[in-house]
Amino acid sequence: MSVLVYTENWDGKFKKLSFELVSYASKVAEMVGGEAVALSIGNVENAELEKLAQYGAKKIITVDPATQAFDEQAYTKVIAEVAQKLGAKVVVLANNNKGKALAPRLSVRLKAALGAGVSKLPVSTSPFVVYKKVYSGKAFSDIELKSDVKILTLAQNSFDITTNPQAVVIEKMDVAAGDIKTEVKNVEKQTGKILLTDAEIVVSGGRGMKSPDNWGPLEELANLLGAATACSRPVSDEGWRPHGEHTGQTGKIIAPNLYFAIGISGATQHIAGISSTKYIVAVNSDKDAPIFEAAQYGIIGDAMKVLPKLVDAVKEMKSK
Amino acid sequence: MKVLVCISNVPDTTTKVKFVDESKLDTNGIQWVINPWDELALTRALEMKEDASNGIEAVTVAHVGLAAAEPTIRKALAIGADNAIRVNVDPKDAYEVASQLAQVVKAENFEIVLCGIESADHNGSTVGGMLAEFLECPSVTCVSSLKMEGGKSVITREIDGGKEIVSVPTPFVAVVQKGIAKEPRIAAMRGIMAARTKPIKVAEPQAVASLTEVKKYEMPKPRAACKFVDAENAGELIALLQNEAKVL
Ligand SMILES: Cc1cc2nc3c(=O)[nH]c(=O)nc-3n(C[C@H](O)[C@H](O)[C@H](O)COP(=O)(O)OP(=O)(O)OC[C@H]3O[C@@H](n4cnc5c(N)ncnc54)[C@H](O)[C@@H]3O)c2cc1C
Ligand SMILES: Nc1ncnc2c1ncn2[C@@H]1O[C@H](COP(=O)(O)O)[C@@H](O)[C@H]1O
Repeated sequence: MSVLVYTENWDGKFKKLSFELVSYASKVAEMVGGEAVALSIGNVENAELEKLAQYGAKKIITVDPATQAFDEQAYTKVIAEVAQKLGAKVVVLANNNKGKALAPRLSVRLKAALGAGVSKLPVSTSPFVVYKKVYSGKAFSDIELKSDVKILTLAQNSFDITTNPQAVVIEKMDVAAGDIKTEVKNVEKQTGKILLTDAEIVVSGGRGMKSPDNWGPLEELANLLGAATACSRPVSDEGWRPHGEHTGQTGKIIAPNLYFAIGISGATQHIAGISSTKYIVAVNSDKDAPIFEAAQYGIIGDAMKVLPKLVDAVKEMKSK
Repeated sequence: MKVLVCISNVPDTTTKVKFVDESKLDTNGIQWVINPWDELALTRALEMKEDASNGIEAVTVAHVGLAAAEPTIRKALAIGADNAIRVNVDPKDAYEVASQLAQVVKAENFEIVLCGIESADHNGSTVGGMLAEFLECPSVTCVSSLKMEGGKSVITREIDGGKEIVSVPTPFVAVVQKGIAKEPRIAAMRGIMAARTKPIKVAEPQAVASLTEVKKYEMPKPRAACKFVDAENAGELIALLQNEAKVL
């Protein structure tokens, strides 16, 4: 009985998310009494593929359907066929942009129930019950997946990577992608910056930062910590910061280990984007700001005075 | 060309949710709204219709749910949708919703179907993709911009760390997110009056077996109280993050 995990690659490379997924799939495989098999689509060198075996993949299947375009229908067909050939009982994907595109299509194609955005191992495997957030993190629910085959999408940054080295077995499979209907006209990639969704530390500013000219010390703190920068919705609406930084219900949903909320009031719609964060630090001049109800650590004070102090403290920590 | 916007009826985003017997949402005092993404999708659909060169005859909204959702559907009509279809069933899960919507799309031959990336209740991010697979048509997910140019779609799709501009032939499903429209359109008085007479067609459901079942709801565990550090000694915070939380 196998658990198939789709490991997407970024220009031929895997990243932390890929290893989280394989770690997760191999734990699920243990629970259902089977083995984790990783699937990679596209051109990835063997040395890179081998890394997946470090986290528990007993086999690595590669398919090269000769499509440059990410065609959601074609990728679904490929993953479904591999799952069927293997007789996979569970298919695991990331709950990221591609996973959100593929998992629901696969669910219909395989008539397999979908547990979307899970952050923990299944509660039980017979019946197969998963735990997931609902109402934008204001509640959680136990959901039974009633079909024979199940699909799970794992929330990014929610599962610890565990090494569990296996012998490397790489198998090339021939699966046709079918018609490719998506034509890619242009690709724009952001380079050099830490992606907000990948970041383990995020430094985020709200309207309490007062002006787009005040972001210097916030960016400095982020640079020192190797963190990504983010912001609240009004800040990106005002054009103070790029739209890609907006976190919350209507922006990016993230789950870093540490989130600095600087001059952010903590509206429910903002919290909805960060509710799975491990530690929230709030800096706010208003002691009654709702952000302090969500935060584990807080400083009541003026962001412009506190930020330089934090910068100095991090510099000192690093010099030790 | 006919456009369909799928709308989900959800509690207003500021609602504090509660449950009855861990099994049912306590609907007391809840204000129901069009899912924010769907409101933006509808806004974009109406903008596209207004540009006559796109040749869009009508923008329809569809909802799978019971009559209690009619105020939300009326609101979509007041914002400017031409007509509405409600599939009269209390759906058990996203698979059932998508399967009912697929019947609607097939019966009426919509060429552009818009869904939101996620509804504020079950946070599934599932209905749009499922619908496309039922229809065996292309889908584009994480869409932040949608235009038609000379009868062809021009779609911006957000990818990890960037964006792509793609085109797919009709019929297609676009699953939309931030950026698709600037602000949701607000119903004007004239729209509200007009909505009263716009048709809401009630369609009977197909028999569909759901694939999932909610066993229980739970409230999040209360977080420990916030630990405060004096603003004058902000550096202490860094020490706590390093030694106590161990995240630095
Ligand atoms: C449908 C819907 C969806 C939404 N989605 C999102 C979303 O995804 N993300 C999001 O962020 N918002 C979202 N919002 C908006 C949300 O309701 C809030 O309006 C928004 O989060 C507030 O942003 P803010 O905290 O930056 O600003 P404010 O609410 O203005 O708060 C500023 C904070 O800064 C503090 N402050 C002021 N001066 C200083 C200083 N000198 N030093 C330190 N602190 C200071 C103030 O005490 C205050 O707490 C949504 C709203 C709706 C209706
Ligand atoms: N009951 C419903 N009726 C019509 N459309 C729905 C319904 N539920 C969800 N949708 C659509 O599917 C999108 C994603 O919802 P979900 O997959 O539940 O997160 C929503 O933004 C709507 O466009």
